[in-house]
Amino acid sequence: MSTNAAATVPQAQFDWRPLALLLGLMALGLPAVGSASTWLTLTVAGLAMGMIIFVIASGLTLVFGLMDVLNFGHGVFIAVGAFMATSVMGGMSTWAGESTLAQLASVGVAMLVAMAVAGAIGLAFERVIVRPVYGLHLKQILITMGGMIVGEEIIKVIWGPQQIALPLPSSLTGSWLLGSASIEKYRVLAAGIGLLVFAVLAYTLGRTKVGLLIRAGVQDREMVESLGYRIRRLFVGVFVAGSALAGLGGVMWGLYQQTVTPQIGAQVNTLIFIVIIIGGLGSTLGCFAGALLVGLMANYTGFLAPKVALFSNIGLMVAILLWRPQGLYPVTNR
Amino acid sequence: MADPILALRGVHTHIGAYHILHGVDFDVPEGQVTMLLGRNGAGKSTTLRTIMGLWQASAGEVRFRGQAIHRLATPDIAGLGLAYVPESMGIFSDLTVKENMVLAARQARNANELDTQRLEWIFGLFPALKKFWLYPAGKLSGGQKQMLAVARAICEPRALILIDEPSKGLAPSIIQNLVTAFNELKRQRTTILLVEQNFMMARALGDQVAVMDNGQVVHRGAMAELAEDEALQQRLLGLSLGAHQ
Amino acid sequence: MLNRLLSHDLPRSRLLAVLLLLIVLGLAVAPFAFPGSKALGVAAKMLVFILLVASYDLLLGYTGIVSFAHTMFFGIGAYGVAVASTRLGPGWASLTVGLGGALGVSLLLSLVIGLFSLRVKAIFYAMITLAVASAFQTLASQLSDFTGGEDGLTFKNPSWLSPSFEPFDDPILGVTVDGKLLTYYLLFVVVGLLFLALLRIVNSPFGRVLQAIRENDFRAEAIGFRTVVFRTLSNVLAALFACVAGALLALWLRYTGPDTTLSFEIMLDILLIVVIGGMGTLYGAVVGAVLFMLAQNYLQDLLKLGADTLGQVPVLGAFITPDRWLLWLGVLFVLSVYHFPTGVVGRLRAWAPGR
Repeated sequence: MSTNAAATVPQAQFDWRPLALLLGLMALGLPAVGSASTWLTLTVAGLAMGMIIFVIASGLTLVFGLMDVLNFGHGVFIAVGAFMATSVMGGMSTWAGESTLAQLASVGVAMLVAMAVAGAIGLAFERVIVRPVYGLHLKQILITMGGMIVGEEIIKVIWGPQQIALPLPSSLTGSWLLGSASIEKYRVLAAGIGLLVFAVLAYTLGRTKVGLLIRAGVQDREMVESLGYRIRRLFVGVFVAGSALAGLGGVMWGLYQQTVTPQIGAQVNTLIFIVIIIGGLGSTLGCFAGALLVGLMANYTGFLAPKVALFSNIGLMVAILLWRPQGLYPVTNR
Repeated sequence: MADPILALRGVHTHIGAYHILHGVDFDVPEGQVTMLLGRNGAGKSTTLRTIMGLWQASAGEVRFRGQAIHRLATPDIAGLGLAYVPESMGIFSDLTVKENMVLAARQARNANELDTQRLEWIFGLFPALKKFWLYPAGKLSGGQKQMLAVARAICEPRALILIDEPSKGLAPSIIQNLVTAFNELKRQRTTILLVEQNFMMARALGDQVAVMDNGQVVHRGAMAELAEDEALQQRLLGLSLGAHQ
Repeated sequence: MLNRLLSHDLPRSRLLAVLLLLIVLGLAVAPFAFPGSKALGVAAKMLVFILLVASYDLLLGYTGIVSFAHTMFFGIGAYGVAVASTRLGPGWASLTVGLGGALGVSLLLSLVIGLFSLRVKAIFYAMITLAVASAFQTLASQLSDFTGGEDGLTFKNPSWLSPSFEPFDDPILGVTVDGKLLTYYLLFVVVGLLFLALLRIVNSPFGRVLQAIRENDFRAEAIGFRTVVFRTLSNVLAALFACVAGALLALWLRYTGPDTTLSFEIMLDILLIVVIGGMGTLYGAVVGAVLFMLAQNYLQDLLKLGADTLGQVPVLGAFITPDRWLLWLGVLFVLSVYHFPTGVVGRLRAWAPGR
C-alpha cells in the first residue's frame, strides 16, 4: 500500500492570510493616520465595534451554515435586546447609584435579561416563522422580513416609536490615558466581551461533541443524519443561541450609540450581511475576521475621509470577493 | 430459512417529477453479503437512499427485522443499527480523521471513549488512517477517503451496512484492502448490502445478488449461480467475465 | 381585440376581471368621482406603485430573483427629473434630459449589478443588492449640492403640468381643469401603456424562458439558454420600468427626497404588495397596490374607529391604534406567504369555476 514518505504526520495548514490582512490593515492605519496615539484610539474603537458586530453576526452565520436558513429578520433580536436593556438599566439605575460594582452589575443583568428574552423570542420565531419554510429560500427571505416588520411594530407598541436614550453608567464613561492616546473604557469592555464570546464559541465548536455535530452539519447535513443524529433538534438550539447572541449584541450596540430606536435592527442588518458575506457564510472565524475588518475600516475611514466612510464597507466587500469569491474562510459544502 | 434482515416490497420512489423506482422487491438475508448490480441509472443508489430514508418511498414497504422503516426519519433508521456509506463518501473534509471517527461512534463523546480494540482492528485494516489521524479529512487521497468512509461505518458494530460503489476510481491495491475488510466483516456476521460496478469485486465478495434495471429488480439469486452463467451476465449486465477486467 | 391588448393574459376569473375593471374605471375618473386633493394623491400613488410593483413582479414573480435594489432605480428616475428641472430650469426639454439620463444610468447600473452578481447564489445576490441600495441611499443624502441632501429637491414642472396652469376658466363636471389634473392623466396613460407592455413582455417567448429559469435554472441552462443573459435582461427591464415610475412620482409631487423613493420602507411596501397581490401574475401588482394604498391611507381611520371602541382595554388597545397599521399589514403579509402564496389574484383564480 502506498503511503507518503513523511515520517511525521503534518497538521492542518492554518490559513493565516485573512488574519494577516487584518494585521496589515492595522499596520497601514498607522502611517495613514499619522499620530500613534490617534491610531491607538481609532484601532481600539475599531476593534470594539468589530467585536460587537461579531457578537451579533456570529449567530446569523452559524444558522445559515447549519440550517441553510437566511434570517433577514435577525435584526429583531438585536432590537429586542437593546430595548430590554433600556428597561432593565433604567429600572436599576437608582439601585445602582454611583457604585462601580453595582453599575457593572446592572449592565451584566441587562445583558443576561436581553439574551434570555431574545433567545425566547428566537424559539418562537423558529417554530412559527422559520420552520414551515425550511429549504425554500425565496419564502424564507420574504417571511423573515415580514417577521421583522411585525417585530418592529410590536416593539413600538411596547416601548413607543421614538428613540430612547441608553446612557452608559457613570463608571463606564470616560477614557483611560495611555501616553497621549485616550482609550474609551466602554470600548475596552466591549472588546473584552466580544473576545469572551469568541472564545466560548471556539471552544464549543472545537472541543465538544455538539460543536463537532454543528461543524459537520454545516458541511453535510444528510450525512450527519445518516450517522444517527437528530440534527434538526440541534437547529433549534443553534437558532436560539444565535438569537440570544444577537440580543447581547443589541445591548452592546445600544450602549455604544447611547440611543436606541426601533429601526436599530434594520440599520444593523445591512452591516451584518456585509460582514458574513466577507467572512464566508457559515464560518465563525471568517465572521470574526470580517467583523474586525469592517470595524477597523469604518473607524479609519471615518477619521481620514468621512464622506468615503459609508462606502468603505461595500468597497471592502467587493475587494474581498474579488480575492476570494466565497469569503475569507469559505466553508466547503457538499 | 431465517427471515431476511431487510425486505423491500413494491417500493416506488419519486424525485420531484421523476419516477425512479418502479416497484422494487427483494430481500437481504442476514449475515451475508448481497450485491446490488445493474447498469448506470438503474436505480441502485436511489434504492439505498430510500432504505436510509433520505428519499421517501412514495409507495411500498421497507422492513428491517420485520419493523416498517419507510416512514421513519433517517436518524431513527440509523439508530436501529444501519450504517450508510454513500457514493460521494460523505467525508467531513474540514474535520480531522479523528473527528470523523468520533462522530461516527455514536456512544463516544470524544476520542478517549472510542473502543480501542475495535480501533486497533480498523487501523490494522487501514493503516493510513492511523498515520493521518490528526489530518483534515479533506486532504486525504481518494483511496484514503474511501477507507475512512468505510471505517466510519464499522467503528461500532452495526446490523446492516449499505455501501454505494466503494471501489469507484480506486487503485487495485486499495480495492484489495476493501475486499479484505469486507471479508472480515462477513466473518463477524455483519450483513452487507453492496452496490458495485466492479464485477470482479462483486464476484469475490457476494453471496447473494440482485440485479436492477429501470427501477426494478430483474434478477435475484445466489452469486455463484450468476458467476457461472455467462449468457445471463451478458443479458443482465451487458458484459461477460472474460471481457471485463 | 381585448385578448390581443392583454397579450392573451386574461384575468381568468370573473371576480378578478370585475375587480380590475372597477379599479381601472375608478382610477380613470378619480379626479371627478373622488374630489379632494388627498383622494387624488392616493390615486396617483396607486398608479405609480402599480408600475413599480409590476416591474418588480417581472423580476421576482417571473424570473425568481429577489433583489433589494429596486428602490434605487425608482430613486434614480425621480432624482433624474428633479435634478434636471432644478439645474436646467423647468420644461419639457429638461424632463427629457432628466429622464433620458436616469434611464441611461439605470441601464448601466442594472447591467453591472446583473453581470457581477447574478453569477452567485440567490442569497448572496439578495444581500449584495441590499448593501448597494443602502449605500445609494446614503450617497443621495451625502451629495447635498447635487441632490439636495436630506431635504431633497423641490422643483417646477413644465407649464402644462403645473398646478397654476388653467386652460379652461370654467370647471368641467365640477372640477377645475389644471396642471395637476393633466399630470394625473399623464400618469394614467403612461402607467397604462407600460403595464400593457409588461404584459406583452411576460407573455412573449422571452417571458416564457424567464419562467423556465425560475422553475429550474439548471435545466434551462442544460437546454441551452444562457441564464445569466436572460436574468440580466430581466434585471435591466425591471430597472428601466422602475426608473420611469420614479420619474412619474417626481412629476406628481414636484419634489424628490431620499425618503420618498430610496427608503427601505418603500422596498418593504413593494414586497408586501407583490406578495399579497400575487407573485408572477402582474395583475397582482394592480390589485395589491390599490389595496395597499387604501390600507395605508384609510386603514388608519378604521383602526382609529377600533381604538375608540377598544381604547380602554389595556393591552389590546395598544395594538389597535391607527399608528400600528403596519403591524396588521405585516401579519397579513406573513400569513399570505404561507397560506396564500399565490396572493389575492391566485386565490380569485382558484375560485373561478371550470378550473
